[in-house]
Amino acid sequence: MTDAIVEVSGLSKRFGGVPAVDDLSFTAQRGEILGLVGPDGAGKTTTLRVLAGILPADAGSVCVAGGDVVRDPEAAKSRISYMPQQFGLYEDLTVDENIRFYAALFEVDARMREPRAAQLLAACGMSPFRRRLAGLLSGGMKRKLGLVCALIHTPALLLLDEPTTGVDPVSRREFWGILYSLVFEGATVVISTAYLDEAERCHRLLLLHRGRRLFYGTPAGLKRMLPGAVLAVNTPEPQKLEAAITGADGVLTAMAMGDAVHVVVDDPARRIPEMRRRIEAAQLPFDDVTQLEASVEDAFVYAISHPEAGREAA
Amino acid sequence: MATEPATSGNGASIVVEELVKRFGDFIAVNAVSFQIRRGEIFGLLGPNGSGKSTTIRMLCGLLTPTAGRARVVGLDVATQAEAVRQRIGYMSQKFSLYNDLRVVENLNFFAGLYGVKGSLLSERTEWALRMAGLAGSEQTLTRELAGGWKQRLALGCAVLHRPQVLFLDEPTAGVDPLSRRQFWQLIHEMAADGVTILVTTHYMDEAEYCNRLALVDAGRIVAAGTPTAIKRTAIAGDLLLVECAPLGHGLDVIKSAPGVLDAAVFGAVLHVVVSAAERARTELPAYLNAQGIRVDRIDAIAPSLEDAFVALTGGSRLIDEPAQ
Repeated sequence: MTDAIVEVSGLSKRFGGVPAVDDLSFTAQRGEILGLVGPDGAGKTTTLRVLAGILPADAGSVCVAGGDVVRDPEAAKSRISYMPQQFGLYEDLTVDENIRFYAALFEVDARMREPRAAQLLAACGMSPFRRRLAGLLSGGMKRKLGLVCALIHTPALLLLDEPTTGVDPVSRREFWGILYSLVFEGATVVISTAYLDEAERCHRLLLLHRGRRLFYGTPAGLKRMLPGAVLAVNTPEPQKLEAAITGADGVLTAMAMGDAVHVVVDDPARRIPEMRRRIEAAQLPFDDVTQLEASVEDAFVYAISHPEAGREAA
Repeated sequence: MATEPATSGNGASIVVEELVKRFGDFIAVNAVSFQIRRGEIFGLLGPNGSGKSTTIRMLCGLLTPTAGRARVVGLDVATQAEAVRQRIGYMSQKFSLYNDLRVVENLNFFAGLYGVKGSLLSERTEWALRMAGLAGSEQTLTRELAGGWKQRLALGCAVLHRPQVLFLDEPTAGVDPLSRRQFWQLIHEMAADGVTILVTTHYMDEAEYCNRLALVDAGRIVAAGTPTAIKRTAIAGDLLLVECAPLGHGLDVIKSAPGVLDAAVFGAVLHVVVSAAERARTELPAYLNAQGIRVDRIDAIAPSLEDAFVALTGGSRLIDEPAQ
């Protein structure tokens, strides 16, 4: 019926009595990018380590690529590539030598090594640096080299732990370009991130908060949980304008940004004219009121404050 | 201190003029100029290795400029570095609190570093505790604080001496969104009290909290303005959201369509930069259909700050960057 490559049910893991992951259930379908999303300490790394078969679960069942990880952690390892936050690059080897080392380790067909390496290096803008020592690369480039090494074989399932932390937006886009091309070839990706904007790029999301599932579904489904609409009021006086509209009828939250206030209202058609009148009465300067598409962050904040809504949507 | 000018006459708290820093042949900061008003939250936004940290180090009086000049609250950073350091605060996400000290012990430690003592000590410590929402938690061990509280304690330590200028280096990376919102509310309140804030980051969600931004790339400022103005002007062309199937084939085809400048997958849809939105919306569906691609939706969307950032800094990514 389903084509799940990862099936997790009732997973729990404690460290010294403190639950890191608590009764977690989800699946990842073949050919999708599943995002494990949440702040530091939410349980993302623990979940990935259990999937990779390097950390035993305390309770629950975990099936990866057809193998039962709880019973036999080694079964699925040849079909998985796991990239931890601290990927083991050899700093005194060059970019090319690191790639060759991992190609040998993963027993990549000798004829496939060079074309695959060239393709991956080009995709992340690293072709000019093949002879550079890994230890002399910048932080962002080390991350990209780690990804190239993790992808030099063609895994069915790729487990990536915050691969884009500390990587600037330009490199981040290249990174995602590589992930999409792999998924189009049939691979499955489970990726963790603390960047909520990155969640928009995943096909499905597992939002984690303190080891528990806050939401599981598509980014669009997450945003549908948010009642009402998000408005942006552009103004040179965001703090004063926030104070002026906080607590008004139908205003659920108001948040001052750098040159705007983001306002969640229950009914935009009714509240926009009311809000304009209120701001004008307070004699505050403002430019225009526009409706924004809700962000994953807006929905995340709502889900944390209304945990029952997330469970229903899932 | 009260008799010294807090600004440089024109209302600016930080004035940077043609600032240059070279390391050997490498130009880390290349003739950078900007001004920050008192009470303003200003963001320096740039990729890894763009010169952000070097600029901050010069403004803190920790690194001598090769050329140009910078004044912080009226003081020259090259010739009055010590006086500058007494008037600034610095906080980073990697800020080192002592985890095995209690909350109040961390505050006292930093008070000692900044020379806050006597009757001022208890007054400032109490103020910092209230500001951070940690009143009543004085005796808690720092390691037992949750992420968001730790970060507010770090901020409290950085501003114990009531600096006129506060430098924040990626202050909220990895913090949960609720704590992050509360943190930025505190920063906005400080700015309203007249503290000048300079944020360096490559996180777009932090940049959105700044009143004004300068985008730096390879040591130069490539754009400056409010977040809204930067989003409106950065992209040459219009941004479209295209929903089509199959997506992968659609991407390949759309890249070679007339009027298309750039295209990338974004989750289940494509983001496509075109030279003219209206024309593309009428012409693209037929072009894609002819290649066997079903088009479900084409809409013009507003560029994000990240779209603007990538458009303005993407061209130079193959320029060699130094190791960090």
